[in-house]
Amino acid sequence: MIRDHFRLLKVDLTTGRGQVVTLEGRDLVAGGSGLAALIYQQFGKPAAPWNDPEQPLIFAIGPLTGYFPLMSKTVLGFKSPYHDQYAESHAGGRSAVALRFADLDALVITGKAARPSVLSLGSRHLRIREAHYLWGMDVHAVGKYLRRKHPGSGHRSILRIGPAGELGSAMAGINVDSYRHFGRLGGGGALGAKNLKAIVIQGDGNFPLPEGRGYARLFTEVHQKLTQTTMMQKYHNLGTPVNMGVLNDLKALPIRNLRETSAPDISGITGERFAQDTLLRNMACSGCPVGCIHLGFVRERFHSDHRYYFRQVSYDHEPIFAVGAMLGVTDCFHVLDLIDVTEKMGLDVMSAGVALAWAAEATTHGVISERETIVPLGFGDAKNFETALRHLGQGANDFYRLLAQGVAKAASYYGGQDYACVLGQEMGGYATGEVFFVSQALGFRHSHLDSGGYSYDQKHKDRDVAQALNFLVKDEEGRVLLTSMVACLFAREVYQEELLAACLNSLGYGTMAAQLPELSRRIQQLRWQTRLATGYDPAQVKIPKRFTEIQTWKGPLDREYLETLRLSYARRIKELALEAASGHAG
Amino acid sequence: MKILLAPRMERCIGCHSCSLACAREVHRRLSWDTVGIRIHSSGGLSTGFEARTCLACLPAPCAAACPTGAYSQRRGGGVIVRKKLCIQCGSCAAACPVDAIYLDAAGEPFGCLHCGKCVPYCPHGCVEMVERQREPAPGQPGQEAEAQVAS
Repeated sequence: MIRDHFRLLKVDLTTGRGQVVTLEGRDLVAGGSGLAALIYQQFGKPAAPWNDPEQPLIFAIGPLTGYFPLMSKTVLGFKSPYHDQYAESHAGGRSAVALRFADLDALVITGKAARPSVLSLGSRHLRIREAHYLWGMDVHAVGKYLRRKHPGSGHRSILRIGPAGELGSAMAGINVDSYRHFGRLGGGGALGAKNLKAIVIQGDGNFPLPEGRGYARLFTEVHQKLTQTTMMQKYHNLGTPVNMGVLNDLKALPIRNLRETSAPDISGITGERFAQDTLLRNMACSGCPVGCIHLGFVRERFHSDHRYYFRQVSYDHEPIFAVGAMLGVTDCFHVLDLIDVTEKMGLDVMSAGVALAWAAEATTHGVISERETIVPLGFGDAKNFETALRHLGQGANDFYRLLAQGVAKAASYYGGQDYACVLGQEMGGYATGEVFFVSQALGFRHSHLDSGGYSYDQKHKDRDVAQALNFLVKDEEGRVLLTSMVACLFAREVYQEELLAACLNSLGYGTMAAQLPELSRRIQQLRWQTRLATGYDPAQVKIPKRFTEIQTWKGPLDREYLETLRLSYARRIKELALEAASGHAG
Repeated sequence: MKILLAPRMERCIGCHSCSLACAREVHRRLSWDTVGIRIHSSGGLSTGFEARTCLACLPAPCAAACPTGAYSQRRGGGVIVRKKLCIQCGSCAAACPVDAIYLDAAGEPFGCLHCGKCVPYCPHGCVEMVERQREPAPGQPGQEAEAQVAS
């Protein structure tokens, strides 16, 4: 519903009770990223550990969620088991629109259930059910049980964790509606620490629209822009996996634990190959006509008499890079097999793939052996990587339990830190150069989406630190505005500031629309202030040696440029946090 | 008269653009439910999506069941809706053989009016407006009223 404040549902799992809370600040923080930070400042415990029962998990949507196309993402704000600091993770699926129709701007979960439980809510109900029988189940199995138990197929969102989340793994994601994820930084572990196996959000409310035809007309204009131009074509055609071939040609694809940036065998796992050989169908997040979700199929022969079963597996550039290129697995069906196992375990596929890539290289150096990995790990051995992913998800021994806390932690114990491909967390699928490495290493989410560093690397040959720094800060500022509305970042070329202002105006958010530059700066500062209050020191972030050893199309990496930019960005992040404290958003 | 059909649901990606368009353009609401076409996921063999929408029955059981004339037979199939006459008894929804009428929390019914306003928003052409091909059911001639949206 359109309102000048926020309506939250705060659920305390310890007491089993919920409370509807009204929070002021709509014009100050908009929603999404801004709202999550505001709520964490209100209800979070910055000094307490991530698994303190009182730490909140905050699922926030924005003022445009559901009202315009591609306004389809939910922001999760939480204290992360990965680094024990405030973090964000974003997911699509139906979660955002379901929260809208449940008439909530945010769902805030605190406390800890006495026994494994499932939370279900909608515009007119709230229930916490004991569900010990779901504990230990993989993500697909638990989804099937919950779909049977909770009515409203297509109009509900089911968030759940797998075995990895139950163990508090820092690589555990939260699966959303089977094919989307709050993947990174251990949101699944945070949910597991609360004994919460799943959340079912029923989108059963409905709301009046603004008077007049202005809103409907603007919606149609935006919809046409998204569907009748070529702006979104790359996302629904081959989808993000188109990057595999492009980056490989550029010598900018991380391969075999980033020992290489280009290799001929990548031809087996390009976006073109996946589309030709494996693509079964496409899906969309609710409220998005683009349909960027690509589902491939894998079939398995389980009997000599030609008996098969098949599975549908969503694929994107990042999973293919992580369990394909990084592991030297270059058969697209084998890659889908590996993605499917990470889905079942409830692991973040990017972290899991990069972690096993480190383990494979560490094995070659004799740093670890089968005593740790249980099965021998070697690049290209898809079958053993599949087994290792299960061990990682289920915490099979001390080694896998430590590895699930992050490659950096495992490498600091066993050795092999120089080739741990960690940029704040396990790296994204771009080896484009200095600006991307600094962007992910220091960035707020340690995500390839914090800013377009990979794009900057490709467009700029000069090594101008001031210009690169300005890009990182300004690009993040623009993205933070989008993730506060909450837009899918694939629509960033469409939702420029002028259009965002028009959308907000059409819904009656005139004050917000009139001050978007100030709003985005304020949210950017607020986020950094919140992160730093939980212990983040960007100056302490190191970029491992492996990143400085690569060759891209530009030649060898410039270590001095990398280091100067790293220090400059760290300083700027601290300044942004201080500016929040002084209320400086002009 | 043309009716709305959903003949290509195997192309559906579950974006809900049709439902949201119906809510926005016809009912002036934001909703997945208070609409004339609802999209649900379908399990089993089809593993895609299905549309819950009016099949343009001729005669329409919902119109026959309506005790106040709020629902009346539309020429060519489906119904004409006069909201002012509705007493929110729910008889229409109970009579619909394909669960195409949604009752909101207050009991107000929402069904397809065969206006076609959802059609341009579907990115894959799953829905379309077509001239009715089937004849009225034997012994049940359609009435001669024009389609209209009345509130």
